[in-house]
Amino acid sequence: MSTTVIAEIPGHERPSVERVNYLNVDHSVKSWLLTHDHKRIALLYLISITLMFFVGGFFAVLMRLNLIEPTGLVAPETYNKLFTMHGVIMVFFFLVPSIPATLGNFLVPMMIGARDLAFPRINLLSWYIYILGAAFTLYAVISGGVDTGWTFYTPYSSSFSHTSVIPTAVGVFITGFSSILTGLNFIVTIHKMRAPGLTWFRLPLFIWAMYATSVIFILGTPVIAITLFLLGLERLLHIGIFDPAIGGDPILFQHMFWFYSHPAVYIMILPGMGVMSELITAFSRKRIFGYTFVAFSSLAIAIISFLVWGHHMFVTGQSVYAGLIFSVLSFLVAIPSAIKVFNWTATLYKGSISYEAPMLYALGFIGLFTMGGLTGLFLASLATDVHLNGTYFIVAHFHYIMVGGAVMAYLGGLHFWWPKITGRLYPDAWARFAALVIFVGFNLTFFPQFVLGYLGMPRRYAVYPGEFQVLNVMSSAGASILGVGYLIPLIYFIWSFKYGPLAGPNPWGAKGLEWTTPSPPPTENFEEVPIVTEQAYNYAGTSESAHG
Amino acid sequence: MSGHVVPVKTYVFVFLALMVLTGLTTGVAFIDLHAWNTPAALAIAVVKMLLVVLFFMHVKYSPKLTKMVVVAGFFFLSLLVAFTLADELTRNWSPRALDWSTAASVTHSPR
Repeated sequence: MSTTVIAEIPGHERPSVERVNYLNVDHSVKSWLLTHDHKRIALLYLISITLMFFVGGFFAVLMRLNLIEPTGLVAPETYNKLFTMHGVIMVFFFLVPSIPATLGNFLVPMMIGARDLAFPRINLLSWYIYILGAAFTLYAVISGGVDTGWTFYTPYSSSFSHTSVIPTAVGVFITGFSSILTGLNFIVTIHKMRAPGLTWFRLPLFIWAMYATSVIFILGTPVIAITLFLLGLERLLHIGIFDPAIGGDPILFQHMFWFYSHPAVYIMILPGMGVMSELITAFSRKRIFGYTFVAFSSLAIAIISFLVWGHHMFVTGQSVYAGLIFSVLSFLVAIPSAIKVFNWTATLYKGSISYEAPMLYALGFIGLFTMGGLTGLFLASLATDVHLNGTYFIVAHFHYIMVGGAVMAYLGGLHFWWPKITGRLYPDAWARFAALVIFVGFNLTFFPQFVLGYLGMPRRYAVYPGEFQVLNVMSSAGASILGVGYLIPLIYFIWSFKYGPLAGPNPWGAKGLEWTTPSPPPTENFEEVPIVTEQAYNYAGTSESAHG
Repeated sequence: MSGHVVPVKTYVFVFLALMVLTGLTTGVAFIDLHAWNTPAALAIAVVKMLLVVLFFMHVKYSPKLTKMVVVAGFFFLSLLVAFTLADELTRNWSPRALDWSTAASVTHSPR
């Protein structure tokens, strides 16, 4: 990597006169907690979601520990709470905000040549709302936890569970508003604040992905808020909405829940796809293959994602005719997803590929996301779903998308833009090693679960027949490797923040406006408003420079 | 915010219309329209909603982009309703197995 780094003189970590940037402009706590700077808010989010990631991960560790023995190590009631808290925290408090609230917050203004987001105060408000929602959910954890599963299915959640359903639902309800505000901010910013010359089809594909994600944020999140509100009403006031015993319809809950929660899967993966387009082009030194197709496939995914939710309900009492429609529509969403995968692969063709840490994550993403996506088709088929629904096959499938896809892309993006965010480099050898450990650990954890599910092991049980033990032990062993893999970056990122060698403005030699400013950037991002005169990813250098 | 200034008269008129429609909703609730009870209440609610969105929320005087965003919101809401109804209205189309307790009391085999 040293060949691509514009490093400072060794031994001189800090230049004698330190340049003022967004990190050192003011060190007071107040300047952080009341900041309007999108870059600082991104860092606040980064710290918060990392904390939640490790809390959620802690529950996963306990679950995998329990499943080493067929008879289980914890009480079944405790196990129910473990997988619920793992799901709630990982989905609503890590995956949904992960890339948009951290990398998106940091990069959207920088990539479009703006000084900040359109509504900086609303941006700060969204972080406080997130923290309030997280506080409610963490209160639910310490007040005894919740055992409904992250899906809160009624009537169990509304009429029978004796755990902290309300605090958890309130936490998820509140944190939804932080998503809505972030989405609103991004849409207005992307429409109104692009630098002169930066037309829609010159935008980096990360921006297209953020735009598509924001559309889902705004259109989908209010529905989960209403759904959880109705759940709360039924639980507290016994108004019959979802519980058939008092005149409700439990499948109505599932419709409303999945109307948000299926698109939410695309909230997790679309930003990852945006990161992928940046990584693949930067490390193969080529313009993306089929720019317009990749851009529009993001929008296609965002729209079709709202039409497929019924595939979660094939065996729960939904009409088979509705199931038929949802099955066909679910197959459709594979098309734009495949367009992206094929176009990234085509971009690699004859590219000048280098294997720095971010690229290792990107290549991992292609393989793991493809496996996750293709196994989704098994589940979208009406007949095979009858066998596979409710088994570990589903658990493996969505972890290949959410962890193998979304988390890999998140880590790849974090490694790629870390020198821009902090102005410092991390040890690349350690980073490559960690990427490898995560890849191996991930596959060892989740591949056996495909087999377990196919053989018929149901999900969400604390105990299982002895014949499944070997595969479960493999999975738990993989989880411990995966856990170590996640701790390594945590350690070297914290180290590099203070001691890492200084990075120049563009350590990777990448294209894009964010690489034209110093690292870390000044508070106003650009000293002069940049004028864009070329297409995105112009690695061939066929026309004039990007910076006017 | 710059933009169109709406005369107070319009606001008062819309407010009165909303009040009248609220009265209408209450009145209709006392008349049994059988299957039309819900559609009638919903129809009045939609008119009230349109008044609020168009006048109080200034969408009538907003740029096309804003209008498009509003329409998109309603379009996706209609998807939620339409696909949920696609399930609800077709649930009874397929023949159902008999409940075990009723099946036990039935002597002939259902053919």
